[in-house]
Amino acid sequence: MDNNVVIELRNITKTFGSVVANKNINFNVRSGEIHSLLGENGSGKSTLMNVLSGIYAPDSGSIFIRGKEVHFNSPKDSIKMGIGMIYQHFKLVDVFTASENIIMGQKGNLFVNKKKLSLQIREISEKFGLDIDLNKKVYNMSVGEKQNLEILKVLYRGAEILILDEPTAVLTPQETKKLFEIMRNMKKSGCAIVMITHKMDEVLEISDRITVLRKGEAVETVDRNSTSAKELINLMVGRPIDLSVKCVPTDKKTPVLKVENLTVYNEDKAKVLHEVSFELSEGEILGVAGVAGSGQKELCEAIAGLYPVAGGEILYKGESLVGKSPRDIINKGISMSFVPEDRLGMGLVPSMDMVDNMILKDYHTQKGILITRTNARKMAEKLVKTLDISTPGVNYPIRLLSGGNIQKVLLGREIESNPKLLITAYPVRGLDIGVSYTIYDLLNEQKKKGVAILYIGEDLDVLLGLCDRIMVICDGKITGIVDPRKATKEMLGLMMTGKSEKDSEGVNNVD
Amino acid sequence: MFNVSSFLMSVICAGTPLLFATLGETITEKAGHLNLGVEGMMLMGAAVGFKVAEITKNPLLAVLSAAIAGALGALIYAFLTVTLKANQVVSGLTLAIFGEGLSGYVGSFVKIKVVPDQIKSFFVGRHIPLLGDIPYVGAILFERDLFVYLGYIVVIIAGIYLYKTRTGLNLRAVGENPAAADASGINISLYKYIHILIGGALCGLGGAYMSLVYVGQWTEGITSGQGWIAVALVIFTTWNPYKVILGAYFFGGLSILGLRLQNFKFNVSQDIIDMLPYVATIIVLIVTSMKKSKENAGPAGLSVPYFREDR
Amino acid sequence: MIRVTKCTNTTRIQAVIIRLAAVVIALVVSALFILMQNHNPLDVYISMITGAWGKWSMLKATIVDTIPLIITSLGVAIAFKMKFWNIGAEGQAIMGAFFANLMVVQFPGLPGPLTIFLMFIAGIVGGALWAFPPAFFKAKYGANETLFTLMMNYIAMRWIKYLASGPWKDPKANGQNRIAILPENTKLPELFDVHVGWIIALALAVMVYIFLNKTKKGYEIAVIGESENTARYAGMNVRQVVISAVMLSGALAGLMGMIQLSAVSGQLTSDIAGGVGFTAITVAWLAQLSAPGIILVSFLFSTLEQGISYIQSDFNIPLASAKVLQALILFFVLGSEFFIQYRVSFKKNMTSTVGKEGK
Repeated sequence: MDNNVVIELRNITKTFGSVVANKNINFNVRSGEIHSLLGENGSGKSTLMNVLSGIYAPDSGSIFIRGKEVHFNSPKDSIKMGIGMIYQHFKLVDVFTASENIIMGQKGNLFVNKKKLSLQIREISEKFGLDIDLNKKVYNMSVGEKQNLEILKVLYRGAEILILDEPTAVLTPQETKKLFEIMRNMKKSGCAIVMITHKMDEVLEISDRITVLRKGEAVETVDRNSTSAKELINLMVGRPIDLSVKCVPTDKKTPVLKVENLTVYNEDKAKVLHEVSFELSEGEILGVAGVAGSGQKELCEAIAGLYPVAGGEILYKGESLVGKSPRDIINKGISMSFVPEDRLGMGLVPSMDMVDNMILKDYHTQKGILITRTNARKMAEKLVKTLDISTPGVNYPIRLLSGGNIQKVLLGREIESNPKLLITAYPVRGLDIGVSYTIYDLLNEQKKKGVAILYIGEDLDVLLGLCDRIMVICDGKITGIVDPRKATKEMLGLMMTGKSEKDSEGVNNVD
Repeated sequence: MFNVSSFLMSVICAGTPLLFATLGETITEKAGHLNLGVEGMMLMGAAVGFKVAEITKNPLLAVLSAAIAGALGALIYAFLTVTLKANQVVSGLTLAIFGEGLSGYVGSFVKIKVVPDQIKSFFVGRHIPLLGDIPYVGAILFERDLFVYLGYIVVIIAGIYLYKTRTGLNLRAVGENPAAADASGINISLYKYIHILIGGALCGLGGAYMSLVYVGQWTEGITSGQGWIAVALVIFTTWNPYKVILGAYFFGGLSILGLRLQNFKFNVSQDIIDMLPYVATIIVLIVTSMKKSKENAGPAGLSVPYFREDR
Repeated sequence: MIRVTKCTNTTRIQAVIIRLAAVVIALVVSALFILMQNHNPLDVYISMITGAWGKWSMLKATIVDTIPLIITSLGVAIAFKMKFWNIGAEGQAIMGAFFANLMVVQFPGLPGPLTIFLMFIAGIVGGALWAFPPAFFKAKYGANETLFTLMMNYIAMRWIKYLASGPWKDPKANGQNRIAILPENTKLPELFDVHVGWIIALALAVMVYIFLNKTKKGYEIAVIGESENTARYAGMNVRQVVISAVMLSGALAGLMGMIQLSAVSGQLTSDIAGGVGFTAITVAWLAQLSAPGIILVSFLFSTLEQGISYIQSDFNIPLASAKVLQALILFFVLGSEFFIQYRVSFKKNMTSTVGKEGK
């Protein structure tokens, strides 16, 4: 066995009910290496890492740390072995300070010696370049700060094996760069790093070796230097796929939606949209790019009548939408559909079946006080066929369906109402490649019919490929609206962090 | 003349059962569990404590047995809500019913009318040297019985424990975000069990004070709803042990105020005054919900069951 | 080592069987308890049933106890469906009874049927009004309704105590704090020897069933109970639905208070609801918020209570034991939920080798 191998997973299998999340997986990591675990959503990456971090117990298989077999009964065991897991969804206590989060669960004296603690933490943060204010409460922190805290937490516990689960999901290109610096520092000091991701370009940038997972199995492990994007995608999906998202040209250009100087305040009285202005035409897909939390959610909800507008105008074919509730909007015959980011938390009712979810937006148009479900049932059955939704039946609770099928139900319902304006927020988040492309096709179909589409997305490549124009939003302000044919990812990245369109033009390298 | 100092002395005693019960429930809630069975645990403590006093005539055994009785009741609740992940609200309410019933059952075997003399004389007011000599305040605070002093001590220990120790920090993590605590290697179930049981023991002690000292006899339902006030008081004092002691004495004082004022021809109905703790708590509920302050809110994980393998 | 995993495919039948098993186990455990007191458990249980159903007079008493339980549980179920934890049914019932009594006090001398009608309306209004504050503050500010409604109970109880010792103190009560007994003509009529509350209870069960499952409002309640965000997205006026549904819940409780006042007790006391407001919570929960289930479970609970009060003297079992038995049954059913939702498996004890080598 390779003397540098720090972790080895042999024949790991893990099932949840009838779902086989991991099947006979073999995986190893060396010290001083960055090993990426690449796979689509649902391929089993997170499950495998949760086995390694002690959260899940494998059904069968063995784990070897530095050559000795181990069994983890809880995260505590894993931490003892020097494994530090940095989760995609942060495991931090909001009302604690940074230092309180770091020492929680640690062994030590009954009374905490604050000075000694600060010194110890400083040492580590300086060594790796992690910026942190120890007395800041987590609920006051930015996403980047929280991630730094998670990393610091894990290093403080003496982790020499770091596992990062989709670390760049919520970072800008610039922040991602900083993270990769930190990772390189750790690698230099001998740590073994596992990065779980579905982003191929990052994998190619930072990894030494790459293991591809597909549908719960480890397909192959390759050296970075001897592989290519094409090969990786092949391995991830099992077939060569044309990665380019096509933009379908149309020539209808009548403006349908006009937003003028839209200003919105959130619950804490902070301004989340600053005089936003733009137009959206029939048969056009306008993409919206921005770091998470820049105001996209509020923009969508304001237009849909779900968020209070403080100033400015939203005009649909000349008619003002400001101050109207969603029901008013429907009653006025304005056909607008909104596919929210939070599918199960907003767009659908998880414990109800497809039929009861179909009537969500139009049940109140039925006459009388009783509800009839016959039409809804027909619609549900039709959607199952046309969108190839995999479900045991239309009376099955939708929360038990897979992410892709849930999104199909949601999108299907919204499209069924034949909207003239369609707003979709992160429609392919968490979906695997095959389904994602189905959804892009669906959107292009609607576009050809003349629907005006506002597309909030996070994958810059998709935005550049799919949209007619891209609007970049940063801290509630529009930093520019660009032509995808002329823009680059780096340009978009700069605009997402505040540089205006002018300043970002022609930029190809990120410093 | 309305004797303020004598009134205040009674306030300390009247507030002591509330003090124990509220502190107990605060600790339970810090662990993330809402145990509405406080009344039941107090009653169990009161009945068992009294019966043991009758049999053994030993004050320490009586008090200890009361704490154990409360803890056993809490154990049922803990097993249901921590291990079996049952609904906390219904479990707690059922515990209250169970405790009422069981205490009545135990109480039906009590033959004596008043607490044995050995107990009574043990809990007589004792003067603490130095502290008790402070003018005015000394007589009120430091000339009370040992149970009251135990109350002071428990509150101080709780405060230090929660805010200055590692285990206290871990406990708060468990209540706020069990997933984060689990990922840090904290044994969630163990922390919950231990602290729910401690909470129950304290409630049992609160009940024991009623039957052994304050009233000095056993009657069914002796706590007359103080367990419910305690639940309210936890919120009113924003889960802070130091505030609990103030709140308990304040509400304890309210409960005897009516009687005192009546001696003064201030004809305020005791029943109206009895409403005040509940009204005050409602006001606190409303105000804190309007302000949405994260600091004064209850533990974020309160009454949500934790399951590690939740997908 | 014990492994616990979530299990998503228990059928309804399996669930019912597991719950029944829990009840049986509870009965067996109580049987042991009874055995310890040197009584034959079988004798005790049989006596309980005869005590509840043996003669018509006993069955009638059981039915009379079931009626308020059904009505209140239906109300509680409506709120629970919306995930609004209405623990205040007891107080809402008391205030319903208070308002009903108020009608008699304010409008003495009216013909019987008219008075009863007024009391009817007043009971509903009283309960609804008492449920309004928690509903409003929950809808507007997200205030915790469990504790709010709980507190309202105790304020209501003290209010009646205050009336009894002050403004409504009955001069004929020999100095005791009592409110005057209501005149005979305020008593609800009987049908088949039981007061007409039974018709009301059954009718309400049907209405609530239709309401929750087949109407638009019922759909809205279900959606809001699942996710407020989704409800708002669907264009529902969440605040309005929450407040009206909770007030409806309170109204039913208030109605129960009025019925108890008029048909059973005839005298307003702080105990007028007799703890039904709290029992209704467990009944609604046990019946999984289903109307037919509520009828069945209410009847069984009343049987239990009647049975126990009957055997009190025969077997020297204190009334407090009824509470213990009730609680035991509930404990076991609560615990059985675990076996419905999760699967337990046993694995060979793999001792963790972690502790032995550290790093």
